[in-house]
Amino acid sequence: MVLYVLKRVLQAAGVMLFVAFISFVLFNYVGDPVNNMVGQEATIEDREALRERLGLNDPVVVQFSRFVAHALEGHFGISYRLQRPVKDLIAERLPATLELVFSSAILALALGIPLGIYTGLHRDTWLSRLILSSSLAGVSLPTFVIGILLIYVFSVSLNLLPSYGRGEVVQITGSWSTGFLTVSGWKAIILPSITLCLYQLTLILRIVRAEMMEVLLTDYIKFARARGLTDRAINFGHALKNTLVPVITVTGLQIGSLIAFSIITETVFQWPGMGFLFIQAVHFADVPIMAAYMVLVALFFVIINLIVDLLYFVVDPRLRIERTVTIG
Amino acid sequence: MRGFIFKGIFVVFLACVMVAPATAENVLRWASQGDPLTYDPHSANESPTIGASTQVYEALINRNWKLEKEPSLAVSWKIVNPTTWEFKLRKGVSFHDGTPFTAEDVAFTVKRANGETSEFRNYIKSVVETKTIDDYTIQFITSGPNPILADQLTYVFIMSKKWCEKHGVMEATSFKDKEETYAVRHANGTGPFMLQLREPDIKTILVKNPNWWGLKQNPHNIDKIIYTPITNAATRVAALLSGEIDFLLDPPLQDLGRIKKNPDLKVQQTAQIRTIFYGVDQGIKELRSSNIKGKNPFKDPRVRKAMHMAIDIDAIHKKVMRGMSVPANVMTPPGVHGYPEDLDKQRPPYNPEKAKKLLAEADYPNGFEVSLDCPNNRYNNDEKICQATVGMLGKIGINVNLVAQPKSLHFPKITGRKSDFYMLGWGVATLDSHYVFTYLLDSEGPWNGSMYHNPRVDELTRAMEVEMDLGKRDKMIREVWEIITEEQVYIPLHHQVIAWGMSKRLEMPMEPNDQPQFRWARLK
Repeated sequence: MVLYVLKRVLQAAGVMLFVAFISFVLFNYVGDPVNNMVGQEATIEDREALRERLGLNDPVVVQFSRFVAHALEGHFGISYRLQRPVKDLIAERLPATLELVFSSAILALALGIPLGIYTGLHRDTWLSRLILSSSLAGVSLPTFVIGILLIYVFSVSLNLLPSYGRGEVVQITGSWSTGFLTVSGWKAIILPSITLCLYQLTLILRIVRAEMMEVLLTDYIKFARARGLTDRAINFGHALKNTLVPVITVTGLQIGSLIAFSIITETVFQWPGMGFLFIQAVHFADVPIMAAYMVLVALFFVIINLIVDLLYFVVDPRLRIERTVTIG
Repeated sequence: MRGFIFKGIFVVFLACVMVAPATAENVLRWASQGDPLTYDPHSANESPTIGASTQVYEALINRNWKLEKEPSLAVSWKIVNPTTWEFKLRKGVSFHDGTPFTAEDVAFTVKRANGETSEFRNYIKSVVETKTIDDYTIQFITSGPNPILADQLTYVFIMSKKWCEKHGVMEATSFKDKEETYAVRHANGTGPFMLQLREPDIKTILVKNPNWWGLKQNPHNIDKIIYTPITNAATRVAALLSGEIDFLLDPPLQDLGRIKKNPDLKVQQTAQIRTIFYGVDQGIKELRSSNIKGKNPFKDPRVRKAMHMAIDIDAIHKKVMRGMSVPANVMTPPGVHGYPEDLDKQRPPYNPEKAKKLLAEADYPNGFEVSLDCPNNRYNNDEKICQATVGMLGKIGINVNLVAQPKSLHFPKITGRKSDFYMLGWGVATLDSHYVFTYLLDSEGPWNGSMYHNPRVDELTRAMEVEMDLGKRDKMIREVWEIITEEQVYIPLHHQVIAWGMSKRLEMPMEPNDQPQFRWARLK
């Protein structure tokens, strides 16, 4: 067991290093930050001096090893664009992204599961057809179109909800702020979380529906019916429980991609999260932020995958036996 | 129990609603695409950042909304001899933290702005020494005669020496330290507004400086300014249309109609100090991206003239820019000292037949191939202008391969002399033609991607840097404009027009450099 975990952790570290290196190589194609940092009056010598000061003249390998060395000390440098330490910036933006992801995930589950059950149980009603076909629209429309559409309806036409930002936030600790304690914060999170959750919602809805339909055909459901149990007890007590296993797995994995791919939603709604920070950094060629973000997202995925791997290890006894055999 | 919790939450909600302040102060909420990079006034020479600095900090000399120089922290100035300028400073001015403003702060600022990590050295590097005569009189000694020092000084914002010492910000951000400097998110100027809250990319709040010396001349009634950057253009417009903001600096051209239709909103527009043009590399022996080998077609002025003539600028003006441009024949707009109005009006009419003839005369009857480098996130509709140009040049046989890239990739190609044919827009910071010549036409100009080299232009450009006789200097400026228009060194397109979307409650004059000055604003 310990050996297995150790092996996975080592693999994870290797993946992170590799991601960091690849992103570093790619940064050479994003453009020249120096040009964004100095005015048009700067002479060629001024530019060269700044480039030298930032260490941009060194070979990629040198820049990369310097980055890793600094990262191990827990410091990612100063953002070229905002002139502030990258780790402070990320720490400040992380709560916004996590809150958005959290509310989207809750929304996706709270709507996806009941709708999935309904469409699974009542396959041929017009309401089921409506839900299914509109969920198809939700999954095929690009996120930014949905976002703009929602803004147009709820902010511009109805004037109900704010079109941008996070509303008033309350500082809980040094860098952790929350929008959940103010009215404007709640209002502000509605549209972005709907936008972000639509895809996951559809996914969960369809999984629940398919699983439900499959489970309802199994023998133990037939047996339960034969026992004369109520529909309610069969559907929710027996069928639903057995459909939830894949839903939990998928939700867990999707949280990683929600964090990583909230970029578009954050840009449309000017949501001050990490994804937004990253996209701004790309426009500016702000290498320190891009590098730190890439590593962080890789870290999220690696951790989630590690947990999933470990869960398999716990759940599936066959894995354990195999190990013992190979080791023995 | 559950009911109790819900009631509790409801009470908290209600409390939040009721706590929300309902005061009668005038709050101006506005937005634009980008955020200032820093509040350190010597650290980033970038237009929105300078615009932010001017709300909080002041220079010795200011520009009014017509861009005329007027006294600010200096009440008067005179040239004692060609290399000595004397400034009389305003008395009774204090910084936001209450420390009085004196000549010591000016001397300190000159040193700080001249420091190695300052991005404003170019505006102040001619000043090699300062001499403090008394608390309110200071002399600047320049390395040589500098006729445009007063124009340059409008960009040098005065900081408090005591404040900088206290917070360890004696120099601008160096990017080498591990921590941010105090001046990045804090400011202490003498200007009309004080920085209250700074959350980069999220929100910046300024409040009125009740002790500002200029309140009598500029009786604005803004108590608080809340600025939010909104990157996405559609979201920005939505925020204005839904009344969440009062002022939008940069509405997309295609949305101006919708803003005008809204009964609560208006659109204000004015010509900007920025001209968009194409540059072609006429220095290199053989173009990098062309099928013509062994020679460079752009070396022939007839080719450049043909291209100029083949661009249907009226179509670009009407279709691409939706009327928001002024077709140009020189690379500088009205409002810049030495602007040759007659030359600017003499743009040759669109004439593809004549252009073809010119190309044939220059020995390219079948045209040639070339790549056009174009930015896609810098100027109004930049990429669309380039796309239109590709079609127009195609008609006279010049096959253009369009390379549209973000500015971080585009501009290094020009400063690195790696582009055959490119789009560039040029604003004139000092509002003097010399600024155009020294960067774009001088053979050593950092932005002279055209590789144009004319000894006479070099000579004139350098002579006007030290010519204190303004009459003679104006003649030199005129001569350069005539030479380069005759030789068609660049291919000018148009002067940009800026449009602001704003609430009808707001009255604010427009500055042609697109930096809103809230000291002149009034909210009804």
